[in-house]
Amino acid sequence: MPLKYEKYLRVNKVPNMWCPGCGIGIILKAMLRSIETLEWDKNEIAMISGIGCTSRTPGYVDANTLHTTHGRALTFATGIKMARPDKHVVVISGDGDSSAIGGNHLIHSCRRNIDMTLIIVNNNIYGMTGGQFSPTTPIGSRAATAPWGSIDPPFDLGMLCKAAGATYVARGHVGAAAPLERLIRGGMKHKGFSVIEVMSNCHTQFGRRNRLSDPVQLIDHIAAKTINVREAAKLSPEELKEKIIVGLLHEEQREEYCDAYARVIAKASASIIN
Amino acid sequence: MPNSTLKRRVKFWTGNETIAEAALVAGCRFFAGYPITPSSEIAHVLSQRLPMVGGKFLQMEDEIAAMGAIIGASLTGDKVMTATSGPGFSLKQENIGFAAMIEAPCVVVNVMRGGPSTGLPTALGQSDIMQARWGTHGDRPVIALVPAYLDEVYTETIRAFNLAEKYRTPVFILIDEVIGHLSERVDLPFDDEIEIINRTRPSVPPEDFKPFDTTWGDVPPMADYFSGYRFHMTGLNHDSGGFPTTDPALCQSENERLMRKVDANLYDIIRFEQTSIDDVEILVIAFGSSARAAAVAIADARSKGIKAGMFRPLTLWPFPEKEVRELAGRVKGIIVPEANLGQLFYEIDRLVAGKCPIKRINKVGGVPIYPGEILAQIEVF
Repeated sequence: MPLKYEKYLRVNKVPNMWCPGCGIGIILKAMLRSIETLEWDKNEIAMISGIGCTSRTPGYVDANTLHTTHGRALTFATGIKMARPDKHVVVISGDGDSSAIGGNHLIHSCRRNIDMTLIIVNNNIYGMTGGQFSPTTPIGSRAATAPWGSIDPPFDLGMLCKAAGATYVARGHVGAAAPLERLIRGGMKHKGFSVIEVMSNCHTQFGRRNRLSDPVQLIDHIAAKTINVREAAKLSPEELKEKIIVGLLHEEQREEYCDAYARVIAKASASIIN
Repeated sequence: MPNSTLKRRVKFWTGNETIAEAALVAGCRFFAGYPITPSSEIAHVLSQRLPMVGGKFLQMEDEIAAMGAIIGASLTGDKVMTATSGPGFSLKQENIGFAAMIEAPCVVVNVMRGGPSTGLPTALGQSDIMQARWGTHGDRPVIALVPAYLDEVYTETIRAFNLAEKYRTPVFILIDEVIGHLSERVDLPFDDEIEIINRTRPSVPPEDFKPFDTTWGDVPPMADYFSGYRFHMTGLNHDSGGFPTTDPALCQSENERLMRKVDANLYDIIRFEQTSIDDVEILVIAFGSSARAAAVAIADARSKGIKAGMFRPLTLWPFPEKEVRELAGRVKGIIVPEANLGQLFYEIDRLVAGKCPIKRINKVGGVPIYPGEILAQIEVF
């Protein structure tokens, strides 16, 4: 039976504030289906965000939700998870929020390998503030602050997170909701810091400036560039140049941070001589 | 057994150690910080002591992250603290404003060093007091405590946690490097002399709970995350349910309520000490290490027959305005010694409003103000 999304939504807060056709809705639904499949209790979930269109998501989700300052969501999430390691912590963030102003927190969260799930909605642009180029805007794309085409080399967020130590790194896109759900579910199940980057459409700010102003057209444009990680393995770097590699990019097991701190507590407690 | 027959436990601690130990007694179970001189010893002690009592210590990637982490932990119901010094205090201001906005109890220690910028990392300053008052954007209530003696550092640290919990707001402890690093005898209070206040939890069932419900007064009851009370919080202007609003009347009334939490409870929050004040002619107003020097200067002046006295705020913000206004009307003059270029002076000048002359002693070279320097000003007033 299909999920009644109302179970996890604050229905009195809709209609939402996103533009018609925005990819965030597809991602939110994939998240909620994952939560349903994993049978997480709403009381046991904290969902945290920073600033931006994506960061409005927690306001619509019926859980313990927190809409924080720009780029800082992971720091609040780290405090929450450390304080209550047995709970589920999910962070949802945009490309600018997570990798520009929040870039330091991103790499250090990966390094600690604290058990939480980070979903990065990457639409290659600052949507809410009016279409400025972000750290993932492709070179040559136009933005409000790159009227002559962006010259800034973009991050590959998957590679960045893997290199920084994340133990689950995946990339999906809004043109393929079922595989996206599997990737998110995998990240939520994974013990450790998991990142799911989701290529999404901002037709309003990115598309409008780059001749892709129709949402379906932009989603098709993203989908056409994707290639599965298994297929990509057979191609040369030259052949992969314009491609977006999707799928499970990296997974490993490494001691989780709260578990490591539990060892500290055990050691410190044992040192007390009565 | 009555207390009088018991001996007080005595410690020989630095100011920074005293804050860390008092925080544990106050119930602090979560600390996040970032290395910075001259506050680092607070983190040193708590990294060892917190896990011994099942608490959590985090060294974060930067000052901003440390502030974010303690707010997150506070939302789960923990009592939380971070400690820093000038440059770190600047970085924390963004999330201090967030804590004030979502009304998350937390304690922020600033062991003040010389500034501006990186300034004098290992030497004292008292130049962050206006940053404490105005450092984050927007209007928000401020409570800042400025203990000067280590007995007081101990009790005021506990009081900082109590005020944070009672008023759902960040509380600052501002000490200068001299207080942070000096060692002296600390007479610990007996357990029954220590009052511990915990935030008010909701009495209504989860379905009726709103995180900013003012039915019971200006400080709304606060539920813990994961307690079955699911709620939303945002740094945006919000309604009683915690959801964003741009309704002008609501934004106005909520911002005013935030301020009223402190403004309507001044004499629950304000503490000060008055020394030799009954017949005072020359009044010194000082806090922290400058007040310790002033106490010596005043004793010396009295021995010379000069009617000197001191007004020493323990609560710097909100400032004890009424007392200073009254004193200004009956003294010949006021001296304000401080390790900055005149920040407390601005506040005093505003309150005195021309009723008496004010002399300033301002030192920013990283050395403390000495008693002789204050005495010299008392003598020539």
